[in-house]
Amino acid sequence: MRDALGAVQSVLVLGGNSEIAIAITERLVDLRCRTVVLAVRDPLSPVTATAADALRARGATTVEAVGFDALASESHSGVIDETFARFGDFDLVISAFGVLGDQEMFNNDPAAAAIAASTNFVGAVSSSLAVATRLRAQGHGVLMVITSVAGVRARADNFVYGSTKAGLDAFAQGLGDSLVGSGARVVVVRPGFVHTRMTEGMKPAPFAATSDKIADAVIAGFGKGREIIWAPPILALVFGLLRHLPRSLWRKVSAR
Amino acid sequence: MPPEPGAKLLVPATTELMGWGRTAPTASDLRRPTSAVELQRALPTTSPRGLLARGLGRSYGDAAQNSGGTVIETTDVDAFTIHDSEPGSSTVLVTAEAGASIDRMLHALVPQGLFVPVTPGTRYVTVGGAIAADIHGKNHHHKGSWCQHLESLRLQLADGSVVDVGPERDPDLFWATAGGMGLTGVILEATIRCPRIGSSRLLVDTDRAPDLDSVLELMSSGDHAYDYSVAWIDLMATGKSMGRSVLTRGRFATAEEAAPKTGRDTFAYKAGVIANTPPFIPPGLLNKLSIRAFNELWFRKAPAERRDELQTIPTFFHPLDMVGGWNRIYGPGGFLQWQFVIPFGTEATLTRIIGELSKAGCTSFLAVLKSFGEGNPAPLSFPAAGWTLALDIPTGVPGLGPLLDHLDDLVAEAGGRIYLAKDSRMRAELVGTMYPRLDDWRAVRDRVDPNRVFRSDLARRLGL
Repeated sequence: MRDALGAVQSVLVLGGNSEIAIAITERLVDLRCRTVVLAVRDPLSPVTATAADALRARGATTVEAVGFDALASESHSGVIDETFARFGDFDLVISAFGVLGDQEMFNNDPAAAAIAASTNFVGAVSSSLAVATRLRAQGHGVLMVITSVAGVRARADNFVYGSTKAGLDAFAQGLGDSLVGSGARVVVVRPGFVHTRMTEGMKPAPFAATSDKIADAVIAGFGKGREIIWAPPILALVFGLLRHLPRSLWRKVSAR
Repeated sequence: MPPEPGAKLLVPATTELMGWGRTAPTASDLRRPTSAVELQRALPTTSPRGLLARGLGRSYGDAAQNSGGTVIETTDVDAFTIHDSEPGSSTVLVTAEAGASIDRMLHALVPQGLFVPVTPGTRYVTVGGAIAADIHGKNHHHKGSWCQHLESLRLQLADGSVVDVGPERDPDLFWATAGGMGLTGVILEATIRCPRIGSSRLLVDTDRAPDLDSVLELMSSGDHAYDYSVAWIDLMATGKSMGRSVLTRGRFATAEEAAPKTGRDTFAYKAGVIANTPPFIPPGLLNKLSIRAFNELWFRKAPAERRDELQTIPTFFHPLDMVGGWNRIYGPGGFLQWQFVIPFGTEATLTRIIGELSKAGCTSFLAVLKSFGEGNPAPLSFPAAGWTLALDIPTGVPGLGPLLDHLDDLVAEAGGRIYLAKDSRMRAELVGTMYPRLDDWRAVRDRVDPNRVFRSDLARRLGL
């Protein structure tokens, strides 16, 4: 159960290789989380094994990996139901999977862009709805959806990614509103630029942060019961301004 | 919308429920029976996530919640009977249904020269809740806790059968139900020994103590002479004034003693809500500055020493009940209460805990210190001989989780425990240490409820 101060006892991570999600989960284990299930494409991958070992070393007693393919929407209900049946209640489900892709490449390969959109948006829609059904049935629990500031305002150099996150952000907010009164909640996390494998080799945007910093902001916001968490928190202010810039100005500011 | 009274027994409504601290809402199918007959119809249940009875929701955390399962609110099943008695007897038997509140009972009892054997700081608790939490009050050092004043109680078990248990009749089940957080069955009614009182006023002595040592000394040396005793302690005071307190102790006045206030109406009793908390409270209204100012004022307005002041029952026992919905003053983030007891002889730990709370600037007013008498045979009953401290803290205090985890460890090391009815955040690992007879309790629970029909969010969180 989630306690009065926002600490949880069990976490399911969809996209269990996400560095942001792992950093969040590590902190939750430090607080008192004992059960962690990492849903990943390849449960036997060394990346997942390393993350699982680190979580066990911090005090988690049950750490397991289960197979999950973001693109296989038709399988999502089954995977989610099985996972809940096997491990019991989850106090928190983190939806963390997604691909960034390369806008240049997408421009030349529209089909690849569609696959990215399917992963980031379509897959998140089907898995989130399956999770929402389970949370409603257990009468408690939080679905944390990691979107991006890139979805707050689309940019010329990553608008495929940005638009999938915009869609996901809107979806998650609506889902959260639909769950009011059910005991289940949705929390939207909007990170800025994060130094991870996903962004390796890219030029960092202003207010770039490590996944540890992002996780600290998420834990703080989660403990306070926030419905939308900007990470780092300063981005709430920054994008409060940026989203209202005239487009001509936004094009200049966002060009890099 | 909460369901209309009586309308939802057969058609449950999914409703979010919270504890008094307003911190971790979860949803249940809420049913509100209007009679004992309807109440008993709830069992046996087909709910896959079990069933739990709930009273007035005064436990601070998740003790009266059952996420995804059924919750039976018993507050409309609230009849009670005051039995005939010998004129000279010191107590009178009262049989009350589970949902009867101390508030309602007092309105009937006090005018007849009777009182409840034990009352907590609020009269808005039900008989069922009082048993489930084995509540205590200002007279614990003499009279023990609520369940020590029961002749018997009637319990509905998971299969729907109804049993009467008492200290002499299936004592294992009786004491497992006392403080058992509603996890042995649905309490239907209880028969309580209620004491006679001389008037509806109390004779109260007040002492102001400049620091922790002096208040402990005052209580150790003088509490035995008073029926009721409690100290309010200023946890924001640091340095030499750390632990400064206002100690109030008293007993019921005789008719003669009370006459200056009551006139010929010896048992006059008026208790109500004189103000309500406004609907919107800005977050952070209670902060370090406002609470420090409040505490300073409270300490200074108390007399250094006052004797034989006549006080009413609400003023002495239930001052917070005068403000309706006071739990909302902490704002939308809610608050928690942390209450522990540690044995006599571990005062060094008490001093250390209070020191750490003061140092952390833990924004708390209304911290309460009391010395307990001996505990009772109930494995999960909270009180035990020693010092108990209870404090309210808004959840937004930075670093609160790790601080309380650390203080929990100190309490456990000293052989103390946390009060389950107040808890909303302790670690499951500590329950067995703090309640060493947990396995005795589990054995009885497994005997009467092998399929775990009775469940609560607290039980899930702590793995009871």
